[in-house]
Amino acid sequence: MSLLRYESQVRPPLVDGIKDYHAVTEDICRPVEARPSRLWWVGFIIAVLFLCFGIVAVTMEVIYGVGQWNLNKTVGWGWDITNFVWWIGIGHAGTLISAILLLFRQGWRTGVNRAAEAMTIFAVICAGQFPIWHMGRVWMAFFVLPYPNTRGALWPNFNSPLLWDVFAISTYFTVSLLFWYSGLIPDLATLRDRAKLKWRKLFYGVASFGWTGSTKHWQRFETLALVLAGLSTPLVLSVHTIVSFDFATSVVPGWHTTIFPPYFVAGAIFSGFAMVQTLLVVTRKVLRLEDYITIEHVEVMNKIIVLTGSIVGIAYLTELFIAWYSANPYENFAFMKNRVDLSSPYGWSYYIMMGCNVLSPQIFWIRKMRRNLMVTFFMSILVNIGMWFERFVIIVTSVYRDHLPSSWSTYYRPTIWEVGFYMGTFGLFFTCYFLFIKFFPVIAVAEIKHILKRSGENYKEKMDEVEHEEMSEFVEKHGHDHGA
Amino acid sequence: MAIKKFVVGCFDDEGVLFPAVKKVRRAGYKIHDVFTPFPIHGLDKALGLKDTSLDTAGFIYGITGTATALGFISWVFTSDWPLNIGGKPHFSLPAWIPITFELTVLFASVGMFLTFCYLCQVAPFVKKDHFNLRSTDDLFVMVIECTDKTNEGEAVAFLQSLGAKDVKVDRKETRWWLGRYDKETNMFGMKKTEAAV
Repeated sequence: MSLLRYESQVRPPLVDGIKDYHAVTEDICRPVEARPSRLWWVGFIIAVLFLCFGIVAVTMEVIYGVGQWNLNKTVGWGWDITNFVWWIGIGHAGTLISAILLLFRQGWRTGVNRAAEAMTIFAVICAGQFPIWHMGRVWMAFFVLPYPNTRGALWPNFNSPLLWDVFAISTYFTVSLLFWYSGLIPDLATLRDRAKLKWRKLFYGVASFGWTGSTKHWQRFETLALVLAGLSTPLVLSVHTIVSFDFATSVVPGWHTTIFPPYFVAGAIFSGFAMVQTLLVVTRKVLRLEDYITIEHVEVMNKIIVLTGSIVGIAYLTELFIAWYSANPYENFAFMKNRVDLSSPYGWSYYIMMGCNVLSPQIFWIRKMRRNLMVTFFMSILVNIGMWFERFVIIVTSVYRDHLPSSWSTYYRPTIWEVGFYMGTFGLFFTCYFLFIKFFPVIAVAEIKHILKRSGENYKEKMDEVEHEEMSEFVEKHGHDHGA
Repeated sequence: MAIKKFVVGCFDDEGVLFPAVKKVRRAGYKIHDVFTPFPIHGLDKALGLKDTSLDTAGFIYGITGTATALGFISWVFTSDWPLNIGGKPHFSLPAWIPITFELTVLFASVGMFLTFCYLCQVAPFVKKDHFNLRSTDDLFVMVIECTDKTNEGEAVAFLQSLGAKDVKVDRKETRWWLGRYDKETNMFGMKKTEAAV
């Protein structure tokens, strides 16, 4: 057998166990082809119940108006916008894994990219709900679109960051969907060709677009993937940048800081990776995909979590320093009195944020902790909570005490319908995710096969002898030129 | 429709496939296509396929998006409905960069995806033939098209000698999806011959 690719022995294998191409197909298609387990049904039904509660909560809001939420005179953005920013941030890890790591040629992305991209799409769907329903008169939501209308062709304000958001998020959703689906087509074709039942043949036949695996098609496929990755990379950075502009372009103390775009992007990647960990630590176990989503994958993502968590930490400290250094009394008040002061009404939220986002991820400097699944899972939940509180701190503590102290008296606390809406998006997210793991291959089959002979455990063992060969020997034994 | 004959050889290792492709081409056989379960780098070159210009198309779509956004917003804000927003200039280019960027990406991505589907002729409800169902699983399926000069027996033996595991002769109706790269039986050419018959 001639080896096509060589990878250093220093790198641990990305696919464990004795695998050939067929075994990869079998392992990844098994959960899709088997009947759903009892665990799947339990999870799915719980998710649907949450979704139903969310629908009730949203219906209440639509019938009775935004007054159903406890937003008040100064806190015009509360849980809903916090949740919006949080969900959008969650999505960013998927694009980072699928696009940026593709450009960086990181082999480990193949194990996790499909699920992470799916997570992105579902998270963006959830995020989009919040600004839409916050509009109150949601039946007029289409007013945000620039279309020739009967109001004298009154256009939306293209200079407004809120309109930039409309474009950024809808583009982000569309591009993520195309990227994800174009990658799915070959794998759906695999499922189609293995299908025994009639409905499966039909479903996967339609979904796989008649894919054949022709060499020319693969050539175009790879070009498409590469260019979409190249486009998604600045896109993902732009999305959270624009979300941060919603705040940064205002003149509210605590919001109008130039650090926001990079700080938001780092935070988004941080929270997104935490959510990927939450999902995949469970998914790999339940679907028995430990050979493909290995401890190595978990560890490398934990490294990203400690990196981005520390970037976020530096951003928090920079903000504090600049608030003091600017000598601006309003800026100082927002930071020192409304946030850092533990005895202030929302002081507690600032310390939850600091504890969960900056301090707790530092545990991942220890290798043993990075490779411990229980610790990883627990930490991922902590980070998700911490990042939610980051947005809460930014939004609520900046506005609950405005320039007019007579407006300060009301303490903002959400109603059941605000909380229900948030719970409902969890329901939506997990309903989508459960359907995804049932009907689609959770791991990119073709991409795993692509790296199998380089990073598969049994192939790496064979490469051991190569490690000790001279260059000329290696070329003589394994080399052949690819030219026509 | 005409029926064509193909010699179909299945390889189970891309390391065997590569030299085989080279030898088959050198021997003068016409390779119809090679179906693989995942992209194999260099196989397109080995088959003598040209580079795709999908990326160029993407660039053109992107530029179209940029022009659309800039043109439209400046028309709206300077001529159709100039709004006085805090006394700021009507033509405020920096504020339009985010939307311009987003539309560039949107046009490029959607355009490229649709072009990809068009070029590969893939879409929902399209059914195609790829000779061996396992070519989406673990086999690399080389398909040689038999011309008048091809001796099937020799071709089969030749493929076997090159390491193909399962070699057989297959007959297929030449519908439009077969021979997409083959000038004489391409999609539009087919319609003409049908009309002639």
